[in-house]
Amino acid sequence: MGWTRKDLLSMRELDAGEITLLVDTAASLQEIASRDIKKVPALRGKTVVNLFYESSTRTRTSFEIAGKWLSADVINFSASGSSTTKGESFIDTAKNIAAMSPDVVVVRHSSAGAADLLARELPCSIVNAGDGAHEHPTQALLDLLTIREKKGHFDGLHVAIVGDIAHSRVARSDIHGMRKLGMTVTVAGPPTLIPPFVQELGAKVSYRLEDAIGDVDVIMMLRLQQERMTAGLIPSLREYARFWGLTLDKLARHARPDVLIMHPGPVNRGIELAPEVADGPYSVILDQVSRGVAVRMGVLLLLAGHKGGDGA
Amino acid sequence: MSSSAPRHREKAQVLDESALDRALTRIAHEILEKNGGAKDLAFVGLRTRGVSLAHRLGAKIAQIDGTTLPVGTLDITLYRDDLGMRGTPVIRGTDIPFSIKDKTVILVDDVLFTGRTIRAALDAIIDLGRPTAIQLACLIDRGHRELPIRPDYVGKNLPTSRRESVAVRLREHDGEDRVVIEEPEEG
Repeated sequence: MGWTRKDLLSMRELDAGEITLLVDTAASLQEIASRDIKKVPALRGKTVVNLFYESSTRTRTSFEIAGKWLSADVINFSASGSSTTKGESFIDTAKNIAAMSPDVVVVRHSSAGAADLLARELPCSIVNAGDGAHEHPTQALLDLLTIREKKGHFDGLHVAIVGDIAHSRVARSDIHGMRKLGMTVTVAGPPTLIPPFVQELGAKVSYRLEDAIGDVDVIMMLRLQQERMTAGLIPSLREYARFWGLTLDKLARHARPDVLIMHPGPVNRGIELAPEVADGPYSVILDQVSRGVAVRMGVLLLLAGHKGGDGA
Repeated sequence: MSSSAPRHREKAQVLDESALDRALTRIAHEILEKNGGAKDLAFVGLRTRGVSLAHRLGAKIAQIDGTTLPVGTLDITLYRDDLGMRGTPVIRGTDIPFSIKDKTVILVDDVLFTGRTIRAALDAIIDLGRPTAIQLACLIDRGHRELPIRPDYVGKNLPTSRRESVAVRLREHDGEDRVVIEEPEEG
């Protein structure tokens, strides 16, 4: 089983074998985080550019740490403070960066398809670090790695993805990945925030939190993405928190005692997730972040590490 | 092993089960002799068969000396000098659950050939800490070194030609204990 892709653009394009290869590679790289000297020479002489047109804490930092632990040179580009403010277009900026011969460009952009566009236009490897409401494949991979470490396997697991599905690239990537690995996915949220495509992806739909979390192994709470919302999708934040916020009380009454609580971050405390739940014993939110570095090391290694090879 | 590699046929058997076992027993004694006992020793096996050999050497030393030495697993993929030239890198992970600081680390591999794997392993170990010393044990030394590396303990010196390959088959992986020389099939 080999890795043959130039780019990592979506979970949709991957098959179960490729997903498993990425998760296995990341799992094996995790021990680097516990070393005194967190550096291995695998990507010495490779250049990774983080091209971020949207704000990010976890993703950008973890790609940077991942690249550095693998000895790549990591350059961070953010739209503010660049020639973007002088009116340079996205593709022009990207082509100029590509002219400096990076091996991997990690891109985040508010428009769906931004990573695909770069993959077609640029000779280097492209990693999609989130494009609009489309996909965020490395987040799905780190979710999968966290689930496998905590549950030991993927077989027959049932995951509820709760909240703002419509604006969530994480939900899309997670549904693709989880379905391909044979998991059952239920999405739940107010009808205005559940797009019709989820059923085409093979997910079940629920419109009541209490029903959705009843018999699942994992509850993935999503952030209410107020910055992407046009008005009128939810009556009020307070009402959303009341019906869709996960509290200790709702967990105790409806969920299984061995359930995992996940969240891709950043958390709106007190809206989709009560602080006692976010910091509570079921929560693996910070484990997800740690796994994120391992997953991004795996992705960079597979993309940059096999280049120049004949694939034999 | 790549699936596109030419098929190999067995040319000669080098060690059978009892000869392999005797070689390991001798190496265990030599390790104790050279280090004046088992104090502050630790084994690190190179994936995959070096790990099994390291565990066997550990068991022999436990029999002889009564000391149970720690055994770790090293994956040197991230340290290879030909990463990217051999297709998809397969990372299976390093697992050394003990400190190697102030230990004499005995690195164990099945076949010593060019020395490039050992070069990578030395870098990988030193990145984990500062051992007192690193010694090298290998079951087969087949020559053709490309780097100034020599083993401290050798099961068998085996002059080979470069086109031949040496296959170490171990119970844990292959269901049998023996070492054979293989050569590519013609045509």
